[in-house]
Amino acid sequence: MTALPLLHVSDLTVEFQTRNGTVTAVSSVDLTVAKGETVGIVGESGSGKSVTSYAVMRILDRAGRIADGTVTFSGIELHNADDEVMREIRGREISMIFQNPRAALNPIRRVGEQIEDVLRQHAQATSRNAREKAIDLLRLVRINDPEARYLAFPFELSGGMCQRIIIAIALACRPRLLIADEPTTGLDVTTQKAVMDLVVELTRAREMSTVLITHDLGLAAQYCDRIVVMEKGRVVETAPARRIFRAPEHPYTQRLMSATPRPGITLRDLLPNRPEAAAPPPKWQRSPDATEKPILSVVDLVKEYPRAGAKARGAESAGAFRAVDGISFDILPGESVGLVGESGCGKSTTSAMVMRLLDPTSGTIRFEDRDIGAIPAKNFARDPARSRLQMVFQDSTDSLNPRFTAFRAIADPLYRIGGVTREAQARAQVERLADQVVLPHDLLDRFPHQLSGGQKARVGIARAIALEPALLVLDEPTAALDVSVQAIVLNLLADLKAELGMSYLFVSHDLNVVRLLCDRVIVMQAGRIVEQASAEEIMTSPRDAYTRELLAAVPRPPV
Amino acid sequence: MQARKDGLAMPVAIQAEPVVPKRETGVSRWLRHVRHVLTSNPVTLLAFVLLTVILSAAILGPALVPYDPLQTNASQQMKPPSWAHWFGTDQLGRDVFSRVVVAARLDLIISVAAVALSFVFGSALGAVSGYFGGWCDKLVGRLCDTIMAFPLFVLAMGIVAALGNTVDNIIYATAIINLPFYVRMARAEVNVRRNAGFVQAARLSGNSDWRILALHIFPNALPPMMVQISLNMGWAILNAAGLSFIGLGVRPPTPEWGIMVAEGANYIVSGEWWLAVFPGLALMLAVFTFNLLGDGLRDIVDPQRRT
Repeated sequence: MTALPLLHVSDLTVEFQTRNGTVTAVSSVDLTVAKGETVGIVGESGSGKSVTSYAVMRILDRAGRIADGTVTFSGIELHNADDEVMREIRGREISMIFQNPRAALNPIRRVGEQIEDVLRQHAQATSRNAREKAIDLLRLVRINDPEARYLAFPFELSGGMCQRIIIAIALACRPRLLIADEPTTGLDVTTQKAVMDLVVELTRAREMSTVLITHDLGLAAQYCDRIVVMEKGRVVETAPARRIFRAPEHPYTQRLMSATPRPGITLRDLLPNRPEAAAPPPKWQRSPDATEKPILSVVDLVKEYPRAGAKARGAESAGAFRAVDGISFDILPGESVGLVGESGCGKSTTSAMVMRLLDPTSGTIRFEDRDIGAIPAKNFARDPARSRLQMVFQDSTDSLNPRFTAFRAIADPLYRIGGVTREAQARAQVERLADQVVLPHDLLDRFPHQLSGGQKARVGIARAIALEPALLVLDEPTAALDVSVQAIVLNLLADLKAELGMSYLFVSHDLNVVRLLCDRVIVMQAGRIVEQASAEEIMTSPRDAYTRELLAAVPRPPV
Repeated sequence: MQARKDGLAMPVAIQAEPVVPKRETGVSRWLRHVRHVLTSNPVTLLAFVLLTVILSAAILGPALVPYDPLQTNASQQMKPPSWAHWFGTDQLGRDVFSRVVVAARLDLIISVAAVALSFVFGSALGAVSGYFGGWCDKLVGRLCDTIMAFPLFVLAMGIVAALGNTVDNIIYATAIINLPFYVRMARAEVNVRRNAGFVQAARLSGNSDWRILALHIFPNALPPMMVQISLNMGWAILNAAGLSFIGLGVRPPTPEWGIMVAEGANYIVSGEWWLAVFPGLALMLAVFTFNLLGDGLRDIVDPQRRT
């Protein structure tokens, strides 16, 4: 570490003016980044980690302001610099990459032109050599066939490719500091690994400093030299990456550490204080019983979509895209099965077909001895099996009607299918369900936007178990949650399963999470099942190459 | 977790925690919300004050005015504004103030009825075509294109001329020309929500398609529609007044702002400005009020604005 840090944030306080008065989002934060150093800022949502970086870049929205403290970047005071100075610094000296690369690119311009724009803006290229330099940058971020990709529009590229373009733009002017705000959230693990490896390699080669903002402690520990842990707008701990994993000092860091799913632990280990330590956890792991009849049996399930433009070209031979390509699996009563794969592998399509929200092209779905695959999805709402098959959705915000209170959301299936007609009866049942999912009763009268992410997840779970289904499909129910909330929700799901004897089909991209909850894991790739085995077997001795690749991509903290 | 949103939404998340979870009835919560919307934005407050004035003129007008709006008085022709006649008198000696106030009821009835008709039918058609798609969507879409292909005021003139010169027909004509705006808006708002998570969840809860559309999707499309309704009220008043102005609407001697402006326009050159100016101002005030009202109405029907 050099004597003079590249970036020095001292005593930074950021306030937001809101309807209910002033809110302090960041208070008295100190942060230094030395030349060539990679610093991770880790914290859960609302910890102020993003706001800190916005304050450094001076891109806070209008309601926010730096109330106190200084931000110094190689001798320049940024906290009171005027806009002209900031314009020069942004992009040329400090650049930033955001989550959701697709939103950061202009959808109607070719990606090459967007790289050129930045080069010209900061006088790094002339109109004559801009194209050449842009193609060099594309090559730098390892995009195959850069000359052709130069002409691509963002929608023609995958999420990982778009993030590479963003990195190319960010590095175009050879900045000295790169701020990466959740650069890989929303990308698949294998893509995440490729993108992060690229960022680290490029910044190391150029002796750049990097600030990596993430909620994923494992990711930060793998790629950063030093980690700053933030909680509720304050820095609670700063330590070298290795030390923070071996000996976390602050209780919050310890909590965060223990809530992060990792190999070799049980579900109960995620919780900060384990009252269950005395009483051993209920037995979810069940020995497979070959004589038992499966509750769900899927045989040769296929879903085809017509290829885009196939009709227009008038060529039927162009064929169809097979999102799900002939898969077969069983789920036994009381068993929980994980369905794992990367985006686009067909796992969500499969769960939608099993849920009877989508009609399969061919194949059978036998549920409790009936071929429910033959019943059209649009008639299934009236089918007696509807109450037996329920689902918890991925995005708890999107899956709750913004105009329904929590009570109404949970009561809806009771009124529609459960045969409840009187308000008092519904109230009693909803309150019982709220108790089961540990949701305080006074929250029942709130609208979704008045609830936190974890509370919304509970409402979604309460709604799904209201009809006491036999099979519950969980579509990445914790993907949008903070790790500490995820820990609680996963434990809740395990308890509910033990209590109600449901079967679970747990759809996820995260093998570490799936392993904690599931007895058996199915790995899907490109519409097919590549491997199917018990959870422990998959984790310890994966047979398929793709499964091994998935496992290797999971961030591994240096323990 | 979404980092970009995260940073911006965060202060809200912080403030939400200490809120005391007090059990409130729906009505008191709604009233508190209305009060908040009104007090937080002075423009909305002004709009609602003006609306109250216009509504009381429409409801109580005939009982409040000093003169009978139809009573002619040969001795008081063309008198300029005075204490006895605030807005002056017209060529037949009728009190302009009384006529302007009394006319509010007719103009409001025409515009409210026309907007209500086009809202009910337009949003129903739009919602159905946005939700089900297919041939129904195509049919409704082409119908709207056909209506939009005409200059709208000329279409309204044609309808009134063909059906006859009555208040009912003005309402129908105004409703028809406004229909496509509601259809398109409802279609777009419903379409983006058709596959939202909460709609899927409603399907799992055993709701039929029609129930999902009516109770789950449509209420969520209301806030932007409220702005449209409010703007349309202004247009509808102007439209009705315009039809009357060119002689295709309400017929004299019925007090109506459009006709009064039309009749008064003849006298502006000779210096009797008050005949046209006061009904014109009333018209302007009404349109202005409804244009301001939109944002406030949207905030009131949008539960996300509540805390």
